[in-house]
Amino acid sequence: MKLDARIPSGPIEEAWAKACFDMKLVNPSNKRKHSIIVVGSGLAGGSAAASLGELGYQVKCFCFQDTPRRAHSIAAQGGINAAKNYPNDGESVFRLFYDTVKGGDFRAREANVYRLAQNSTKIIDQCVAQGVPFAREYGGSLANRSFGGAQVSRTFYARGQTGQQLLLGAYQALERQIHAGTVKMISKTEMLDLIVVDGQARGIVTRHLVTGEYNIHIADAVILATGGYGNVFYLSTNAKGSNATAIWRAYKRGALFANPCFTQIHPTCIPVSGDYQSKLTLMSESLRNDGRIWVPKKKGDTRPPNQIPEDERDYYLERRYPSFGNLVPRDVASRNAKTLCDEGYGVGKTGLGVYLDFSEAINRLGEKTIRERYGNLFDMYQRITDEDPYKVPMRIFPAVHYTMGGLWVDYELQSSIPGLFVLGEANFSDHGANRLGASALMQGLSDGYFIIPNTIGNYLATHKFPKVENSHPAVQEALTTVKSKIDKLLSIKGKRTVDSFHRELGKILWDYCGMARTAEGLQLAIGKIRTLREEYWKNVTVPGAGDDLNESLEKAGRVADFFELAELICIDALDRNESCGGHFREEYQTPEGEAQRDDEHYSYVAAWGYTGPDSAPELTKEPLEFQYVHPSQRSYK
Amino acid sequence: MKVTLKIWRQKNSNDKGQFVKYAVDDVDGEMSILECLDVLNESLILRGEVPVAFEHDCREGICGSCGFVINGVAHGPERATTACQLTMRHFKDGDEITLEPWRAKAFPLVKDLVVNRRALDHIIEAGGYISVGTGQAPEANGLPIGKEVADQSMDAAACIGCGACVAACPNAAAALFTGAKITHLGVLPQGETEKDRRALAMVAQMNAEGFGNCTNIGECTGACPKEIPLDVIAKMNRDYLCGSFQRRDDLPTPITPVVEGA
Repeated sequence: MKLDARIPSGPIEEAWAKACFDMKLVNPSNKRKHSIIVVGSGLAGGSAAASLGELGYQVKCFCFQDTPRRAHSIAAQGGINAAKNYPNDGESVFRLFYDTVKGGDFRAREANVYRLAQNSTKIIDQCVAQGVPFAREYGGSLANRSFGGAQVSRTFYARGQTGQQLLLGAYQALERQIHAGTVKMISKTEMLDLIVVDGQARGIVTRHLVTGEYNIHIADAVILATGGYGNVFYLSTNAKGSNATAIWRAYKRGALFANPCFTQIHPTCIPVSGDYQSKLTLMSESLRNDGRIWVPKKKGDTRPPNQIPEDERDYYLERRYPSFGNLVPRDVASRNAKTLCDEGYGVGKTGLGVYLDFSEAINRLGEKTIRERYGNLFDMYQRITDEDPYKVPMRIFPAVHYTMGGLWVDYELQSSIPGLFVLGEANFSDHGANRLGASALMQGLSDGYFIIPNTIGNYLATHKFPKVENSHPAVQEALTTVKSKIDKLLSIKGKRTVDSFHRELGKILWDYCGMARTAEGLQLAIGKIRTLREEYWKNVTVPGAGDDLNESLEKAGRVADFFELAELICIDALDRNESCGGHFREEYQTPEGEAQRDDEHYSYVAAWGYTGPDSAPELTKEPLEFQYVHPSQRSYK
Repeated sequence: MKVTLKIWRQKNSNDKGQFVKYAVDDVDGEMSILECLDVLNESLILRGEVPVAFEHDCREGICGSCGFVINGVAHGPERATTACQLTMRHFKDGDEITLEPWRAKAFPLVKDLVVNRRALDHIIEAGGYISVGTGQAPEANGLPIGKEVADQSMDAAACIGCGACVAACPNAAAALFTGAKITHLGVLPQGETEKDRRALAMVAQMNAEGFGNCTNIGECTGACPKEIPLDVIAKMNRDYLCGSFQRRDDLPTPITPVVEGA
């Protein structure tokens, strides 16, 4: 299979404008004849559904929560990047592009990233017009702050709730279209399969989570904006409901899955406290603007942090990376924390933690300023840990946060199945092997507001859409597959709960395919995952029935998919014999312990294709070319 | 420590429902009350019983999914805290903790602690937005907005739509929720143009959904996990009053309200 990314030729600055001009248009009166399904209602899905509704398409939008406003984009804290250069500190579209490609360790597609940087400024305009209450200076202009991996202040924010405010903006735009009748919102509904007819994505099979009813939805195109798959690790900063089922079932219908092993471990999360732990809580990266990270210089030092004198503290990021200091990218910060904890310098009961200390900033700026900047985050920390971060340094440890991998898409965000488009975290497109802070919100909204409204028209204008009846064999086959899987899960009636399997699976992945990976460990992990998966299908127990609200049943289907995905993640990690970004193979590191890329052999996107339940996935490579940013060893020193 | 959870169990909206007591051992102070329910549910599943249904998602106090009445108080005893952030260290060994769903006519019960809150979406759908399409926006810094105004807007915009205000109100009014959105948008210059119509439409929808009237008791702001201030209700009333004088001929028609659990 040959992959065509359909990147426009010519200078990168003009690529998107040229592509938009070259795309075929659907005339306004024909738009209402086309139907589009949008699965997911977060920043990408919500903004896409609203924008497509405004254009006049018939849109159906689905979410598994009770309302679209609960999508997990809402939990993003720190901010959204944009190349506005309001602070006059040397920012430009090219610099945002450059930082993102470099931050992604040269494993992203240049043309996509450039377009993202171009769109970034329009996103801020759009959100302000919708009433997103971004932070302001006293003079009334928009405020900015800095974030990891950048030396300019380009991040816009709304206290520590930027994701919430941007999502509410998209949600309100969506509700406006629902009122106008262009979008039909279908909540509490989960997509369980993709319907492919004559090679084109033409619909989905869903299950209503309250009534258990199965439904078939046919349309001219399907958009998946279902988020990332970090919950495959069980413990992550994702919401409990976040899952990979929609993209995984699309993968099994022929969509390629790109770079599954590129997972991001976020450096600043609250450490695990016990076995009952159900999820991990992120402390925004913005805290690294004013917080200083350190560990005691002595191993196993159990003194309270306030009793450790200044000269016995190791501010290791400032020491090792003097020019970026505490603002190194996430992968670098996480790996350093892990290494020090492994060596015995960690703090807290478990030894799995480092200090994030605000005392210097509080002395310099005053408690009031710090409270204004981070008050809600400090409150959240105190509620969870019962410690006051204004007085005692926070304890933090890395946790799974984001997945750069996802379904493969071309420049128009179309997957390898015609008519199936993938937006936001669910696709693989813009962040390479490591995402910079405050870039996820930017990508979700760029995809939804500004890219898909153009590219989907090109698809609709150039394809034919014969009517598909519910009785069509492809539709019935998808429905039967879905039903039999659910019936099977209900009928096993074994002795272990879904959660106990999920925890064990997550532990395997975290141990062998987390912040550091080895060939030997990955092989071991694949074996363990297969054994556990076999046990799952013999010994899981799902209480209740399929005809009412049954959360165990929902989880059972999602965990079944996580098992298969986990294996693919390990296969991909094993295949990539280099270290880059969040993918750190211990065999490949520089003498200083930094990631050692192998551009000669691995400068490509690894796109995996499904070949059947018991056969190995097939690898297709999309070579990456760098014309504007020369790949170099990333240095933040 | 050990606690007893006294939980409202109800199969669906047609079922009568009742409290059932469950003993939970091995409760750790660091657990959230949702994690305590997880532990209970794991043991119920292994005993072949139906686990307790409750809504939850982000578990960090921002998505607004979770929420039930804990010992008579929406989201429990701690100030500015959602149920998912309420840790068990606030309870004592041997405590009996009563959990019941939000009770309001506009929130039909779905199962156990889960209610249908789509009525809140309808209020937003009726007019809780600024009518600007994608691509119509002017340059963001072209419209200066003073820090105080932005802060006032943000204070109201922090609402997570959990419904605790409705559950806490003796009249089951949604005035704090509706007022929060009216204030978030209405104090900003971008949102001012539509403020009359917005207030009329949203209030009409609020009434159509069967929420009660506000009698200025203030329980709502006390229960609100985001501490939305009571003045948003005053702002709503003012905009509604101005709007009803200026737009008598142009009253919006409400959307069909929510009636059933599913």
